Amino acid sequence: MCNLVPIALTVGANRIVPTISIPYPLGDPNTPPEEQWKLRYHRVGVALDALATDISEQTVFRVKV
Amino acid sequence: MKKGILYINQFFGQIGGEEQADFEPVIREGLVGPATALDEALDDVTITHTIICGDNYMGSHTEEALRRISGFLQDKDFDIFFAGPAFRAGRYGIACGNVCQMVQEQFKVPVVTSMNDENPGVEMFRQKIYILKGGKSAADMRKDIKAMAQLGQKLAKGEPIGAAQDEGYFGRGERHQTVMDPPIPAADRVVDMLLKKLNNQPFQSELPIPKPDRVPIAPAVKDLSKATIAFVTSGGIVPKDNPDRIQSASATKWGRYNISQYKDRLPAGEYKTIHAGYDPAAANEDPNRIFPLDALRAYEREGKFGKLHDYYYATVGTGTTQGEAARMGREIAQHLHEGNVDAVILVST
Repeated sequence: MCNLVPIALTVGANRIVPTISIPYPLGDPNTPPEEQWKLRYHRVGVALDALATDISEQTVFRVKV
Repeated sequence: MKKGILYINQFFGQIGGEEQADFEPVIREGLVGPATALDEALDDVTITHTIICGDNYMGSHTEEALRRISGFLQDKDFDIFFAGPAFRAGRYGIACGNVCQMVQEQFKVPVVTSMNDENPGVEMFRQKIYILKGGKSAADMRKDIKAMAQLGQKLAKGEPIGAAQDEGYFGRGERHQTVMDPPIPAADRVVDMLLKKLNNQPFQSELPIPKPDRVPIAPAVKDLSKATIAFVTSGGIVPKDNPDRIQSASATKWGRYNISQYKDRLPAGEYKTIHAGYDPAAANEDPNRIFPLDALRAYEREGKFGKLHDYYYATVGTGTTQGEAARMGREIAQHLHEGNVDAVILVST
């Protein structure tokens, strides 16, 4: 899970889930706590699903929140 | 006299440090920071403008940042574009690469930057732009600026550029015809090489093949509901007294910390980040922004996965060499194996 997806692709990470920033990958302090929680819960869920997904090449998984 | 423009980050642009990393792009007339030394090192080129942008802004809003910088350049007249030097600073290196690539494509002007071989920007951009082999830190500024000036001057004047090892840039994977001096036929050269090889003597291939360093894809976890998941981060989240004394930059150490007692977050105040490469305020206020323990515990309770491993693992990923990172990764993986961990979520900052 990272903000700089191009770096993750360059260094060879295979399952990649985007986050929202460098200092706060999973919760923007300028948003209400509920919003941060929603984002975190969604993206960690995508990451867990990614672990259980067979892939044949480097894959950036889609996030909706 | 030819004209040049230099791109630098918020730090070298004298805007500020990590707290200013979200600084939005600006263009300044004349010389800011390293532009002065670059201008002095150039004989037939004058630096007319300096563009400054925060590394995080460029990293998180790349398209918008490039769009604005392109806008700054529309009415400028320039023959060469410089960026950096970026040394080992990863975000800065990637920013320099992105800006140079955009300028080269949109303005058809030659570009030059400089990075250390450990900078991830090298692998991302070396085939597209000239990246000089630079030093590790700003202590090498003078030397790197001089190299940028030398190559930049040639490019600005349209002079021929020699091979990578002669000019000091990272090989771009391009092949050019050259005339050997003295002229030795290829058949003789290859037999000489073969003889050296047979005698175990060193020889240099004329067609070096770069080695790709790819990580095999791990198979999917078959049954997530029975899996043990561990959390690993390069975001530097550690107990507040940093018991393993992990370095804040160029880390060579990592730590593992027991989290079995924590239900939904590492308590702020007791845990903090020691990472010197990003503003720690958000992470220190709520470590969940880096280590999403609340979400992991929620999924664990729901039964989406079996169990969260009792330890999390942390190091600092800024200025950290690829060699050290690979070693720490192997060491951490060994522990995870011993702990019967099935899969890992890694958050980087």
